[in-house]
Amino acid sequence: MTLTPEWNVTEETPVPEGHVRLTIDDQLIDAPKGELLIRTCERLGIIVPRFCDHPLLDPAGACRQCLVEVEMGGRPMPKPQASCTMTVADGMVVRTQHTSERADKAQQGVMELLLINHPLDCPICDKGGECPLQNQAMAHGRADSRFVERKRTFPKPLPISSQVLLDRERCVLCQRCTRFSEEIAGDPFIDLLERGANQQVGIAEDQPFQSYFSGNTIQICPVGALTSAAYRFRSRPFDLRSTPGTCEHCSSGCDMRTDSRRGTVLRRLAGNDPEVNEEWLCDKGRFAFRYLGSGGRITRPMVRGTDGELAEVSWTEALRVAAEGLLAARAGAGIGVLPGGRLTVEDAYAYAKFARVVARTNDVDFRSRPHSDEELEFLSAHVAGGAPDGAPGADSVTFEGIENAPAVLTVGTDPEEESGIVFLRLRKAWRKKGLRHFQVAPFTTTGAGKTGATVLHAVPGAEAAVVAEPGADVLAALGQPGAVILVGDRAAESPGLYSAVSGLAARTGAAIGWIPRRAGDRGAVEAGALPTLLPGGIAVTDARARTELERIWGVGAGELPAEPGRDGDAILAAAASGALDALVVGGVDPHDMADPAAALTALRRVGFLVSLEIHSSAVTELADVVLPVAPDAQRSGSYLNWEGRRREFGVALDATGVLPDCRVLDTLGVEMDADLFTQTPAAAAGELARIGTRRPGTGAPTRPAGTAHRPGPGQAVLATSRQLVDDASLAVDEPALAGTARRPYVKVNAATAERLGLVEGEDAAVGTDRGTITLPVALADLPDGVVWLPTCSPGSHVRPTLGAGHGDLVGVTPVGNGRVS
Amino acid sequence: MSTPEKEPVRAPDPVTPVLTRRWTSPRSWSIDTYEQLGGYSSLRTAFAAHPDQLIQLVKDSGLRGRGGAGFPTGMKWGFIPQDDGSGTGPGAKPKYLVINADEGEPGTCKDIPTMMADPHSLIEGCIVTSYAIRAHFCAIYVRGEALHCIRRLRAAVREAKARGYLGTDILGSGFDLEIVVHAGAGAYICGEETALLDSLEGRRGQPRLKPPFPATSGLYASPTVVNNVETIASVPAIVTGGSDWFRSMGREKSPGPKIYSISGHVERPGQYEAPLGITLRELLELAGGMKDGIPLKFWTPGGSSTPLLTAEHLDVPLDFEGAAEAGSMLGTTAVQVFNETVSVPWAVMKWTEFYKHESCGKCTPCREGTYWLAQVLQRMVRGEGTTEDIDTLVDVCDNILGRSFCALGDGATSPITSAVKYFRQEFLDLIASQPDVERLEQLTDVKLAQRTNGTALSGASA
Repeated sequence: MTLTPEWNVTEETPVPEGHVRLTIDDQLIDAPKGELLIRTCERLGIIVPRFCDHPLLDPAGACRQCLVEVEMGGRPMPKPQASCTMTVADGMVVRTQHTSERADKAQQGVMELLLINHPLDCPICDKGGECPLQNQAMAHGRADSRFVERKRTFPKPLPISSQVLLDRERCVLCQRCTRFSEEIAGDPFIDLLERGANQQVGIAEDQPFQSYFSGNTIQICPVGALTSAAYRFRSRPFDLRSTPGTCEHCSSGCDMRTDSRRGTVLRRLAGNDPEVNEEWLCDKGRFAFRYLGSGGRITRPMVRGTDGELAEVSWTEALRVAAEGLLAARAGAGIGVLPGGRLTVEDAYAYAKFARVVARTNDVDFRSRPHSDEELEFLSAHVAGGAPDGAPGADSVTFEGIENAPAVLTVGTDPEEESGIVFLRLRKAWRKKGLRHFQVAPFTTTGAGKTGATVLHAVPGAEAAVVAEPGADVLAALGQPGAVILVGDRAAESPGLYSAVSGLAARTGAAIGWIPRRAGDRGAVEAGALPTLLPGGIAVTDARARTELERIWGVGAGELPAEPGRDGDAILAAAASGALDALVVGGVDPHDMADPAAALTALRRVGFLVSLEIHSSAVTELADVVLPVAPDAQRSGSYLNWEGRRREFGVALDATGVLPDCRVLDTLGVEMDADLFTQTPAAAAGELARIGTRRPGTGAPTRPAGTAHRPGPGQAVLATSRQLVDDASLAVDEPALAGTARRPYVKVNAATAERLGLVEGEDAAVGTDRGTITLPVALADLPDGVVWLPTCSPGSHVRPTLGAGHGDLVGVTPVGNGRVS
Repeated sequence: MSTPEKEPVRAPDPVTPVLTRRWTSPRSWSIDTYEQLGGYSSLRTAFAAHPDQLIQLVKDSGLRGRGGAGFPTGMKWGFIPQDDGSGTGPGAKPKYLVINADEGEPGTCKDIPTMMADPHSLIEGCIVTSYAIRAHFCAIYVRGEALHCIRRLRAAVREAKARGYLGTDILGSGFDLEIVVHAGAGAYICGEETALLDSLEGRRGQPRLKPPFPATSGLYASPTVVNNVETIASVPAIVTGGSDWFRSMGREKSPGPKIYSISGHVERPGQYEAPLGITLRELLELAGGMKDGIPLKFWTPGGSSTPLLTAEHLDVPLDFEGAAEAGSMLGTTAVQVFNETVSVPWAVMKWTEFYKHESCGKCTPCREGTYWLAQVLQRMVRGEGTTEDIDTLVDVCDNILGRSFCALGDGATSPITSAVKYFRQEFLDLIASQPDVERLEQLTDVKLAQRTNGTALSGASA
């Protein structure tokens, strides 16, 4: 945050460049030109009451609560002025409610008017106790009302979506929600209707408030007009226990607040972090927390008995069985470690160290999704070691970097679906700062439209060629200082794409930001949960650094494995073939892997399987030992967000008897006669800090560009990506959130639809020899011969059903649904 | 009122009508009549001049906006940033002329008769004005209810285009202009110029934050002049007659002719053109005096948004300064005349109901204030008022005036504060004629008792 040098301003001190000097309540202050009066007052500690004003929204001047007296050039302005719309000027003299009776009377008058139609239902209103109207009415209002007439009433509540309910009679029509939706999210599905006292917020007929960011309107509503369907009537704010935290869903690492009552999380609110999420959360981050109390939660260790069934046992017993099995495997063909991408840095570090010190292998890979060797090279060259001291390095891309970038090229990610806060920043940059946005994608997604993106259409599999030669316009735009390339982890699904990104960055000078979808991916890179990287960005092949690490870890010289290990797919293949005897698996969903069938086969065939999980899953079903671990709410730790920024959080719920992964692995290590020293996240973090950070010093990937398959008759190339609200395992048990999911479609362009005999709105079957997905057809601007499916949405679980992924050939046939056209 | 006054009134005023002079001619709205009576003759004079000369001419004429605020028209045109050849900035954008024909102020009936009887005078004014401000697109935003008027205006635009007064290279001048007649949807707020612009752009008609002002960022964020119909219809006469001739009418700071719409309890209500500065006494003579000789009680000089005046003010000169000195405003010169049979609280209630109905809802004071005021007044008229109500009315008005987003809220308070100022006793008498109760809700019981027992519980003491 930029602090202007306003303190101790006297007549003598010079006015800084670009500033003006004014007087507020008899205090001199210098303010940057163009600053709104209400902000200048805030910097002086003078809080002018307000409702419509919000620092991140364009000024509206609608509520008229923030009236102050203003004198310009020695002449008082005839009317009190709204301090939320008036900008500072040199020589201005401002009197707020503290020094002006007129301003105070004006504010009291507006407050009284706001209250005449406001119901006195504070005792049953969700907002009661944390309500700006309530608070400001106490501070700036009359004790009694002169209004004895009829209040305006409306039927209530009005569900404007499955998760947002509207009580119109409480609304003070400040337009924060409508302005947020239009300006910030770009989803103008709510607007003002009618006029005068009948004016109300509403939605169009049959078009609910379908926005991935709608929950923010509940939070910024200054009254209880917008409430959360999931939270309504659940608690009083003063009964809640609030804990600052970090969202665990995507790699943005949003600051948030967890509110719980009697050991249950009841809601989550966005925290205020101007550098990361500003004051916003996506709806998944806000609402998807019911998994904490879902029926599938595992709370006791389990061991598979001779009868083949899992049975709850004591920790001692479970750890003994796990250690025995793993020691036997280590003595045999070896152990593979699959930590998953949802770990904190501390946990990922524990897995990485467990693999090297206890399992004595580099067969460790957190990437529980399609991945490639090329990605490993890319991560080593451009990502690992980029977050010294838990902060983005000098050459790292940040949210602020996106906001101020003259041009951004996005590839391998659709930010609105996969990293909502990145999307919001791109939109802000486009709206406010003239960003030129280019997106390499199979079609123009809604997010691309709302960030002004020029879409560079690419056939799945052939993205690398588009990125390698994006055209003179893109090259020139990316050649400007501050230009950015954002690449998502889906780049691993397109051969040569990471290399092309690397090459484009070298050619244009644009900085690269890697935006994985999962919260733990970035931290796991630094923690060394990869077959080629040790913690702190040490290349496995770097003998000197490895020796140093051996010293820090207190293991014998030369004891750490020196050869790069197997990647995730290879670990599973080895487990399936008997080349590995045991697997230690963290939060991995086999259905997310490139070939879920192969992954499940491996898990079934492997000699010994240890699962560390929070809820029962496809892995626990097959595991020999299941060790319960703590979800975020019951543990502390930190994530590294995609920027490389450390995002710490503390325990939000009582965590008695619930252990984080690092503690479980530490104890398991002790059972196997090795000490990890990761009993607590703090210990793990401390040790990782001692290891330090360096760039691995390996070269950038230079793999050849992939080419697209050529679809035969009745075939198409499959494009697939995830939607924000889908069948994600962490979004379970939240029907209100699921109600705002985008409807899954098979997307295809008109020409291809015609070639394949598909009709818009009717069903199409997309199939392989393994299975078929049937969804209605929607037309979009895809390249010829390409169909798009959501990866993990209701009715469309692409990898488990089809065994195919992005770029693969699929069969497409129309499904007659009996409609006469 | 769709039929213009039969006879443009001469006596006792020496001035020949300017704005209404064609109104009584046969088929006055047709282009033939218009041309026969000298119409479109100002165009050649205008095109021969440099646009800046026209702006100066209108500045010199002292023409002030006829929509209510009285802003100097030439100065408004001069605010339009012109192209400085840099190719950037607002001057490089297209300029627009927008005519505010959303006449909706209660009592006001001057623009619609003008457009009905003499649409070409407006179109001619639009051409001259567009040339002066270098606009090539002009929109006339007409109140949607005035359907006949919209048809007549559209027909006039077609006629003018057919005669080469609109389109490309008008009269060989090289100047291009298109005029679009746009029908509003019947919202009083859209007479507020920025709400009008939003409505014209297809948005919800609510006033915009200023600055930026329309002069730099108006229609489609481009420099825009928004003028009233009567203002622009005055322009051709200025071009033809010159600024000195124009200044020979009216008063020093408010020169020129003006259409006064007189309604209410007079013998001959209608539109009367007179030089600015005429008094109500003179206007009443023109209009045949008070209807049936019943004495004047109160009147508005310029629509319901201007504080009402009384018989004391018969000799107030009705120009911008004169009305202001009398504690009111000239407004739209909608003179509404009320005789002694009219209850002030009732009239004020009706006006307030109008503002409540028309408040756009954007800002708190106007939206909630008019809602409250209307209910208090309705209750008073219903016979359930209390003496505190008068103070409440005045204080709520004080909390609206100068606090609302646009002038609609200010205007809503005018009838109430002025009525209490001049007729407080009438409010008190109304309250005193009611049963005296401690609490408002007891009135219901009292009334019920009256109805069932047939006895008047007269505890009424003033």
